[in-house]
Amino acid sequence: MTRVLAYLRRPWSWYVLAPILLVGVGVIVPVIYLVLRAFEADANTLGDLVFRTRNLHLFVNTLLLAAGVLALGSAIAFPMAWLTTRTHTRFRRVFTLFGVLPLAIPGYIMAYVLLATTGSYGTLARLFGIEIPRIGGYAGAVLALTLATFPYLFLNLRTALLGLDPALEETARSLGSGTRRVLLRVIAPQLRPAFSAGALLVGLHVLGDFGVVSLMRFETFSYALYLQYAASYDRVYAACLALMLLALTGIALLLEARLLRGLLLHRTGSGPPRRIRRTSLGAWKGPAYLFLLGTATLSVGIPATTVAYWMFRTEPGSLADLAQALWASLSASAPAALLATALALPIAYLGVRSPSRPVRALERVAWFGYATPPLAFALALIFFSLRSIPWAYQTLGLLIVAYGLHFMAEAVGPIRSALYQAPPSMEEAARTLGRSPLRAFLEATFPLLRRGLLVGVAFVFLSAMKELPITFLLSPIGFQTLAVNVWGHTNEALFGAAAPYALTIMLISSLFVGLLLMQSGRPMRS
Amino acid sequence: MRELLSVNDLTKRLPATGPPVVSALTFSVGEGEIFALLGPSGCGKTTSLRLIAGFERPNAGAIRIGGQCMADATTHVPAEKRGVGVVFQDFALFPHLNAAENVGFGLLSLSRAERKRRIEETIRLVGLAGFEERKPHELSGGQQQRVAIARTLAPKPDLILLDEPFSNLDALLRQTTRQEIRDVLKEAGTTTVMVTHDQEEALSFADRVGVMRNGRIEQIGTPEEVYYRPRTLFVAQFLGRTNLLLSDADGMEADTPVGRVALNRKAQGPVLLSLRPEHLTLKEATPGGTCAGSVLARAFKGHDITFTVLLDGSEYLVHTHNGMPFQPGDSVELEPIEPAVVLETSAG
Repeated sequence: MTRVLAYLRRPWSWYVLAPILLVGVGVIVPVIYLVLRAFEADANTLGDLVFRTRNLHLFVNTLLLAAGVLALGSAIAFPMAWLTTRTHTRFRRVFTLFGVLPLAIPGYIMAYVLLATTGSYGTLARLFGIEIPRIGGYAGAVLALTLATFPYLFLNLRTALLGLDPALEETARSLGSGTRRVLLRVIAPQLRPAFSAGALLVGLHVLGDFGVVSLMRFETFSYALYLQYAASYDRVYAACLALMLLALTGIALLLEARLLRGLLLHRTGSGPPRRIRRTSLGAWKGPAYLFLLGTATLSVGIPATTVAYWMFRTEPGSLADLAQALWASLSASAPAALLATALALPIAYLGVRSPSRPVRALERVAWFGYATPPLAFALALIFFSLRSIPWAYQTLGLLIVAYGLHFMAEAVGPIRSALYQAPPSMEEAARTLGRSPLRAFLEATFPLLRRGLLVGVAFVFLSAMKELPITFLLSPIGFQTLAVNVWGHTNEALFGAAAPYALTIMLISSLFVGLLLMQSGRPMRS
Repeated sequence: MRELLSVNDLTKRLPATGPPVVSALTFSVGEGEIFALLGPSGCGKTTSLRLIAGFERPNAGAIRIGGQCMADATTHVPAEKRGVGVVFQDFALFPHLNAAENVGFGLLSLSRAERKRRIEETIRLVGLAGFEERKPHELSGGQQQRVAIARTLAPKPDLILLDEPFSNLDALLRQTTRQEIRDVLKEAGTTTVMVTHDQEEALSFADRVGVMRNGRIEQIGTPEEVYYRPRTLFVAQFLGRTNLLLSDADGMEADTPVGRVALNRKAQGPVLLSLRPEHLTLKEATPGGTCAGSVLARAFKGHDITFTVLLDGSEYLVHTHNGMPFQPGDSVELEPIEPAVVLETSAG
C-alpha cells in the first residue's frame, strides 16, 4: 500500500491521475458494495442463501453450458482455422471472412434466429414446410452461444497457425514423425496459448451471457440473477448470486493464468521464417467444403435470411420506433466508446512506458472490469449509485460510465500495439526540442496512435451497441436501445417486430467488423 | 577553453534503493569540445547522458551548463528548458513528419521566414539538400542519422548529447559518416558529449575520452593518453589488445618475463605492466639467451602482421610491419620499442 502511495506521489499530472482514479474507483468500489450488500444478511440467512440446492443446480447448468459451447466451438474453430491457413482449399479468404462475420451477430440475435427458424411457426415450416421441434433449453443455448462466440477461438487459432515456424514441423518430419505425430506433438502444443486465450474469452461470454439463456429459458447464474432482481427484488440473494458468478469468473481467470504460466513459445532461432507449406486434402476435399459451407450457412446465412424474411412480414409504420431505438443506442454507445478510449489511453501508456507493479495492478483492474459478468457489474453499480450517488441512478450518464468501465479493456489492446510503434526516445527528443511532457506526447506520440485509438473506439462502440444486460438494468426509464427491443420482442415471440432492430444491429456491426478487418490488414506505419 | 559543462559528484541509483548506476561521476567539457564517455554496456554511460539531458533526476551531485545550475539537491531544470540537444541511438525521427518538418520541430520561437531559412541552412550543413520532402522511412540509415543531427543542431543548443550515434549504421557507412558528422559539429562549434561502447569510435571521434566502468570514470584524457598510457588494467584492456607482464620494478626499469624493459614512470617492487602489441617487435633469438620464445602463429593482414609468440608458457601478441620474416616455429626474442606502462594495482 505504501508503495502504491509513493507511486502516486510521483509528480504526475491530473491528466494521468484522474482517469486512473476513475478506473480504480469505478470498478473496485461497486464490487465492495456488492459484498456489503450480501453480508447485510445475518449469518444464518446467508448460509441458507449460499448453500441452496438451487445454487448447485445453477452451478452445474452454468458449467455444462460453458463446456458445451467450448466443445462445439472447438469442433468448428479448429478445422476451420486449419483449412483456411494450412490447406489448398479454395476461397480461403471468403471462408475466413465467414469465420469473423458472426462477431457482428450478438448471441441474443442468434437465439432469436434459432427460435424464429424452428418450430411450427418458424421460417422453415412457413417457407419449406419442414417442421422441426423448436430449439430451446440447453441445446438452443449451446448452439446460439457457439455460433456467436466461435470466432474468438477461430481468430486466435488462425493467428497462431500462421505464426508457427514451419521449420519445426520439417524438423519433426526429418526425425521420423508422421502426420499424426507432428499434429499432436509439434503443432498442438504450440496452439495451446492461442486456444487458451480464445477459450477464456468464450468462457467469459458464456458466464456473462444473459440474452441467450433468458430467451432459451435455460437457468444459469446470470438468468437466475436477472429473475431474482426483476421479479422478487430479493437483493441480498441477488447480491449473493452475483458474488458466486464473480467467483466463477475469478476461477476461470486463474485457470487461464495457470495454464499459461511459464509458457513462452516463439521461434528461438534467427533468420527469416520460411513460407508455410500447405497440405493437399485429397479425398477429404468434399467433406471439407461441406463443413465450411455448412458452418457459413448456419452462422451467417440463416441469420441473414431469417431476419430478412421476418423483416418483410412486419408491418411498416414502426419506423419512428426504430429511429428512436437507433438514437438511443447511438447516444449511449458513442460517448461510451470515447470515454473508454480516453480511460484506456493512460493505462496503455503507463503499461508500455513504465511497467511496474502498481501499473500491472491497474491493468488487471481494467481487465477485471471487463471480465466481470455484466449483470453482476450492473447490479454492483446499482447498489453503489443508490447508496452514494442517488441522483445518478437511472441516468444516461451512469449508463455511459458503466459501458466505459466495462469495455475499456477492449481499447487497451489496440492502443498498446500502436504505442509499441512509437519508441519513447521520440518523446524525449521532443522534450529536448522544447516541449513540455504533455505537449511532447501530443506532438510526437499521439499522431502515431491515431489508428490504434480509432480501432479502440470502434471495438468499444460495437460492444456497447450490442450490449444487453447492463443496458437492461441501468438505462433510464423508457430508454430502449436496439438490443433491448430485439430481446423484448423475441421474448414475447414477436419475431416480425424484432426483425428491424436485429437487422439494424447486424448491419451496423458488420460495417464495423469490416472496418476493423481492413485496419488490421494494413501495416501500422507508412 | 572555457568550461561549458561541469558534472560534479553525480550519483544515480536505479531503483532508488538499489546500487548506484552512476556514482560520484565528475568531469567537465570545454566549449566546442567533443567529449566521449566510453565503457562497456551497463557501465552507466547512458544513464549519465540521460541525467545531463534532464530525463532523470540525480540522487546526488550537480550538473552545470554554461555556469547555470541544471540539477542539484534542490534544482531540477526540465529537459525542455535545458537547451541541450540529444541525438538518440534509434534517431527517434518523427515518422509522421518529413525531413524538413523534423528539422524545424525545435524552432519554436522563430518567425516563419527565419524558421524556413534555418531549416534550409541546417539541412545544407548536413548535406541533405534535396531530401527535404522525404519521410524518414524513405531515407537511408545514414540520411536518417543526418536528419537527426540536423534536427538537434537547428535550435543551436549549447550542448549536444549523442547516444551511441553510429551503432545503427552498417560498418561501411559508419566510418565515413563519423568523419562527416565530426566535421559538421566542429564547423557548428557545438560542445558535444557522446557515449559509446566502441573504443575505435571514441578514439577517432572525441577530443577527450572518459573511460567508465561500474558507474565511475577510471581515466580521462586525450585519445592518445588513454590508449598509450592507461592508468588501470581495465582501461588498458578495454581500449585494445595488450600484453600484460607481471614484473619486478626497480626505478625506471623492470625485470619481466620477456627481459628487462624500460618503464614510463618510476615504480618499485612487483607491478603489472602493459605493452601494446605494436610496441613490441621481434628479433632472432641469440644463442644461449634466456628470454627466447617461439612463434606460434603468424597472421598476415596486408599492411601488417600479427605474431603470436609463446614464451615461458604465456602467449604474447606482436604487431609488426609486413616485412618481418619469421614463420611459425622460429625461435625469437621480444623487444619493446616503447617504455612499458605501469598499471595501478588498486583497481581490479
